Amino acid sequence: MTLTINGESRSLPEDPRISLLDYLRQGAGLTGTKKGCDHGQCGACTVLVNGVRINSCLTLAVMHDGDDITTIEGMGTPDDLSPMQAAFVKHDGYQCGYCTPGQICSAVAMLDEVAAGWPSDVTDDLNGKVELTGDEIRERMSGNLCRCGAYSNIVEAIQEAALETKTAGADA
Amino acid sequence: MSKTLEMNEPDTRNRLDDMAGRNVGAPMDRPDGPAKVAGAAPYAAEYVIDNVAEGVLVTAPFARGTITSIDERSITGMDGVIAVISDERLTARPAQGTANETPVQTPLSIAYFGQPFALVVAETFEQARNAAKALKFDYSADDPSEIPFDPEAVEAEENDATRQGDLDKAMADAAHSVDITYYTEGHASAAMEPHAAIAEWDGERLTVHASLQMPNYNITELADSLNLEEDNIRILSRYVGGGFGSKLGVSQETVAASIAAMKLGRPVRVVMSRQQVFQTVMRRSETKQRLRLAADKDGRLTGFGHEALVSNLPEEDFAEPVTQASAFLYPGKDRELLIEVARIHRMTAGSVRAPGEAVGMQTLEAAMDELAEKLELDPVELRLRNIPDEHPASGLPYSSRKMEEALKQGAEAFGWHSGPRKPRQKREGEWWIGTGMATAARIHNVGEAEARVTLNGDGTVLVETDMTDIGTGTYSILTQIAADMLGVEPAKVLVDLGDTNHPRGPGSGGSWGAASSGSSVFIACEAVRKAIAEKLGVEEADLELSGGTAKGGGQEKLLSELAGNEGIAKTGTFKPGDAQDDYAMASYGAFFSEVAVNRWTGEARVRRMLGAFGFGRVLNAKTARSQCIGGMTWCIGAALTESLLFDPVDGHVVNCDLAEYHVPVHRDVPHLDVLMIEERDPAASPIQAKGVGELGICGGAGAIANAIYNACGARLYEFPMTPDRIIAAMPED
Repeated sequence: MTLTINGESRSLPEDPRISLLDYLRQGAGLTGTKKGCDHGQCGACTVLVNGVRINSCLTLAVMHDGDDITTIEGMGTPDDLSPMQAAFVKHDGYQCGYCTPGQICSAVAMLDEVAAGWPSDVTDDLNGKVELTGDEIRERMSGNLCRCGAYSNIVEAIQEAALETKTAGADA
Repeated sequence: MSKTLEMNEPDTRNRLDDMAGRNVGAPMDRPDGPAKVAGAAPYAAEYVIDNVAEGVLVTAPFARGTITSIDERSITGMDGVIAVISDERLTARPAQGTANETPVQTPLSIAYFGQPFALVVAETFEQARNAAKALKFDYSADDPSEIPFDPEAVEAEENDATRQGDLDKAMADAAHSVDITYYTEGHASAAMEPHAAIAEWDGERLTVHASLQMPNYNITELADSLNLEEDNIRILSRYVGGGFGSKLGVSQETVAASIAAMKLGRPVRVVMSRQQVFQTVMRRSETKQRLRLAADKDGRLTGFGHEALVSNLPEEDFAEPVTQASAFLYPGKDRELLIEVARIHRMTAGSVRAPGEAVGMQTLEAAMDELAEKLELDPVELRLRNIPDEHPASGLPYSSRKMEEALKQGAEAFGWHSGPRKPRQKREGEWWIGTGMATAARIHNVGEAEARVTLNGDGTVLVETDMTDIGTGTYSILTQIAADMLGVEPAKVLVDLGDTNHPRGPGSGGSWGAASSGSSVFIACEAVRKAIAEKLGVEEADLELSGGTAKGGGQEKLLSELAGNEGIAKTGTFKPGDAQDDYAMASYGAFFSEVAVNRWTGEARVRRMLGAFGFGRVLNAKTARSQCIGGMTWCIGAALTESLLFDPVDGHVVNCDLAEYHVPVHRDVPHLDVLMIEERDPAASPIQAKGVGELGICGGAGAIANAIYNACGARLYEFPMTPDRIIAAMPED
């Protein structure tokens, strides 16, 4: 049984109790993914599984045979940041930095969901094109807690990154 | 070689304004930012250490009594189990901020529900977690009906009191007065990174990676807990995933990991579960507060009363200093300030972001709003009429104070409509819309701080101190101060923090870190400048450093050349002095908010919020602003959602996770506006800076409460103002 993490193939762990989160942090040594609550309540452990965001604490590693996982380490490096990562630095979309990898992974996948036309609680027209308003971002990012209270800056970072990647238009 | 500056008088030199670099104050990106956004910044639990064993704390399922025996054999056969650590040095509670001594130990004597009393160590986390759950133990628990859980049901002790004049008479004689009692519920810091430590013991020396705010105090606390010499301990806290008071003192996981590592002779990691963080770390006490405000016919305060009932465990010195800003903010010669503590068996009460003002200011500002209504006066005008000439109790002069500017500029930027106000004037669909404001105030603290600055032979600069960056921006501001003082680009400065082997600072807490450790770096740089000047044969004051070169006395030399192979290393020490006693010092501001309240459900949404703040020199406009918006976000939580709930029968925390304890989420927080007032406070520190980390939470929940009233006519006397409470207080249509 194998899974792919950031393009690299790895064997799954033997202990079936190991969450995907703990496997990433301990087994794969990818500690960029954070454990904040271990109960799917804070979003710090958000990663992409086959391009879709997921709380990695709520799923067991052994359930991911054949899956393609992207973690924050797969988004960019300190010397070569992705547009979303760079926007977080520019807008100070963090303070302590602990929720940040989860916010960034979540934001990247969230923009794809918007582009795919998935509606949210604040979308007026469930069948039309989703406009990436500030309220859409806030609603869709509400699973990612930030106790430092950087939300206002995080939304601005996401809006800038969205414009840069031309996923959608944005206004506050 | 070193330089010490004791702050005995205001420093009006404003030296940072004379430096050519102009980095201080600029909105520089954080140097630690790229590592944080790439997941490459290691937090305490994330260091790769060979052969590390995993520990899980075991906690008591009752509120008071004794653990009589622990059956180690109940788990010794389980997969991977290495040991059960039951040791009298285990700490039962976290240390209070700046305690500098071990917290309460006696781990088998239980004083609150969820108190840790043992550690299970295994090869893997999964094995340790499983075994910790299976561990059998016997206990003798007190009858819960005999354990005090309700602060109002026990006789409280007087903790702090100021009585001056005759407040009762002032109230009786007042043209207008209010006498209101408020309740605020307890808060959790709920930092995103759970408490974590990895301890290594080499038989003589202990090295601990831990998530701590104040290593300088924590090393003493840990040494005292373990009966070790401080010289044999090294604490590392390079990245801290939020603190907000919960990591001020050394807590149970760090001590437990250390004892286990020493006993087992191998490294041990202990990370608290989110539930354990809620159950065993600091809470902000719930409060009951009585506000009495007496005013003359023009709205000038003649009498001022603020009494608070808070709680803590037996033996804890800390009492939420609810009246801290009430002591100096507003006038009134007849005064009564009082704090009483009820001894109850909830977990330790301690510092949570802005202890005192966070809950004291929000009620005071709600009471001021009611007074303004009685006077038929604009609430901003009421505050402007109550800026005292001198400290109302001590008579001390104020240092720089931008309260008036914050009120006026904030009102203008927000679009505040001055004049008397009436509730229920604006409705959009099913939403009532209203606005409210409040003053912000937070006392200014400083502590002794040391830092070493080295100008290297390659022209780079190294800054070393054990000071921490808990998201506050320490890496940024120390970089900027050193860059400007030594005339190098910020990219040439490396700031190395969070290591007790470095010169010590006061750590992060009480908003004192930036002014204190920033000053120590400034002072060290002055000493480096003096050494450079001596090499050039000029006075330090005539030295001009910029772009990596030194000019003076008609000479120009590269800093790298002057530093030579050995470099120039100087230690700077900042000591609080007479200036701290000669002035009443605080940071000030004003909050303005617009809130929508649903007429059917009572749901309140903050639609707009602006804070105008004066906190001395702004060291980094980007990170300082972030501190402000962070505080304002906490105001939204304090006003609307956050409350620690305890079971009245057995005293356990009912909402001990992030699904049930409601910190604000993205959708709760609109775009936040911040206005930073230009200010230099020469009495506050040699860099003219004051604290900013907590100011943003001091009063803003009152602005939201006042906006709720202005929107829908519901006056509430309990925080948080949840929909059930609002709908119950809302007048019928």
